[in-house]
Amino acid sequence: MTLEPGRARPEPTPETKHFWDGTRDGKLLLQRCGDTGKAYFPPRPFSPYTGTRNVEVFEASGRGTLHSYVIHHRPVPGFKPPYAIAVVELEEGPRMMTNIVDCPQTPEALVLDMPLEVAFTKMDEDITLALFRPAKGA
Amino acid sequence: MIKPGEIAIVGAAETTKLGAIPDMAQIMLHADAALNAMADAGLKPSDIDGVACVGPMMPQQIAHYLGITPKWVDGTGVGGCSFMLHVRHAAAAIHAGYAKTILITHGESGKSRVNATPRPPEPQSLNGQFEAPFGPMGPPTLFPIPVLRYMKKYGVTHEQMAMVAVVQREWAAKNPRAAFKDPITVADVLNSKMIAYPFRLLQCCLVTDGGGALILTSSDRAKDFPTKPCYILGSGESVETTMVSQMEDFTSSRAFRVAGPEAFRMAGIKHSDVDHLMIYDAFAHLPMYGLEDLGFVGRGEAKDFIWEGNTRPGAKLPLNTNGGGLSYTHTGMYGMFALQESVRQVRGTAPAQVPDVKISVAHGVGGMFSASGTVVLSNQRP
Repeated sequence: MTLEPGRARPEPTPETKHFWDGTRDGKLLLQRCGDTGKAYFPPRPFSPYTGTRNVEVFEASGRGTLHSYVIHHRPVPGFKPPYAIAVVELEEGPRMMTNIVDCPQTPEALVLDMPLEVAFTKMDEDITLALFRPAKGA
Repeated sequence: MIKPGEIAIVGAAETTKLGAIPDMAQIMLHADAALNAMADAGLKPSDIDGVACVGPMMPQQIAHYLGITPKWVDGTGVGGCSFMLHVRHAAAAIHAGYAKTILITHGESGKSRVNATPRPPEPQSLNGQFEAPFGPMGPPTLFPIPVLRYMKKYGVTHEQMAMVAVVQREWAAKNPRAAFKDPITVADVLNSKMIAYPFRLLQCCLVTDGGGALILTSSDRAKDFPTKPCYILGSGESVETTMVSQMEDFTSSRAFRVAGPEAFRMAGIKHSDVDHLMIYDAFAHLPMYGLEDLGFVGRGEAKDFIWEGNTRPGAKLPLNTNGGGLSYTHTGMYGMFALQESVRQVRGTAPAQVPDVKISVAHGVGGMFSASGTVVLSNQRP
């Protein structure tokens, strides 16, 4: 899976660098609150649940389910319409925006709560996006 | 504590024209509305001592352009409901003695883009890193993201979601200034151009040029003005997240659930006291979320409530009586127009006037469920 040129390119900051280093190395890294043990996203060096700076980075399973989406029918640089803009709910709890690959971009194929798995997709030398595909064997 | 009805709206007006206004820059849309509101209140710029507006326009630009020397300003910018927050903040400022007569303005060249500022997400922002790479192109691709989850949870059909637009068009038909007035059917909505499934063109708001302005002062002074005072009984505000993918519940807005009940509590009113309701409808799902999050109906009941005609002309809960963002106008920040319609309804001057309105609620959304503001208005001081 390669990406068409033209997508908005994320620029990591010191607070998010570990996440983008992770996707480049084929790992989906989340963070966990030291007080509650709950995972959170997007990245920040403290817990949104309690404010503690006692947090840790851990590797997520890369499994999740399709929480919601739209199928956009108008042209956008880097995308061939119609394409789905989706939100995956990860097994660990947090949700993230993504695209669904290896799947027709139709309401019939994109069924809410269907199992998904991460599909790391390289944008350039530094940036790899965590896209998702229907889980194998599902 | 500020008391219900202590502060009043004594001037309210929209821009002279609405829709396509290519001959006015954005700052002039603010000024045109402000001059109309001052004329409505019988005031001059030198009578105003407080100014509020929302970015990209800054209060200093508006104050200088209009020749106002304010001693209080507010540039709160949380999206299209910012004006509800301005009303709330202005009421508090007048109560505190920071200013006596406050002008709130909106102007946006949403369609013609004269002097308009583009706002792409910064690539280093959280939106720029964790949403923009996946292909969103403005509100039509982002605001409907939670809709399929809401539809699945409550068994909402596409026909029921389409009905929101049909009912609002019935109201728009009664408003000479509404952009779209011709009646539409559920089939018309479901056959309109697909924009971002599940939403089609007629379930997305207009993109127009226009503006509006409000003038607030203490109710003790309000009797000196030419129009019937519109008393502020209560207000509420909250924010959640700029990232729609991160809202905590895709079937309900946390910001709505904070702002709405706070406004009702301050005003000391119950739902049955509300004669007229505005719920900012950038897209067709918003009136459903608003009805449920504000507690007018139970969870999952909005689909039947609207389908059965309870928000139509002549029905028990008149909703979005100007035609809303879907049919009346939507410059990009529609909250000002929801407030204007609430003011007209409590003054008794709306084109689609609801009989005997004593209490109106204007409920706004900012960003993509990012923020919320609620204002309760009445023509009677408690």
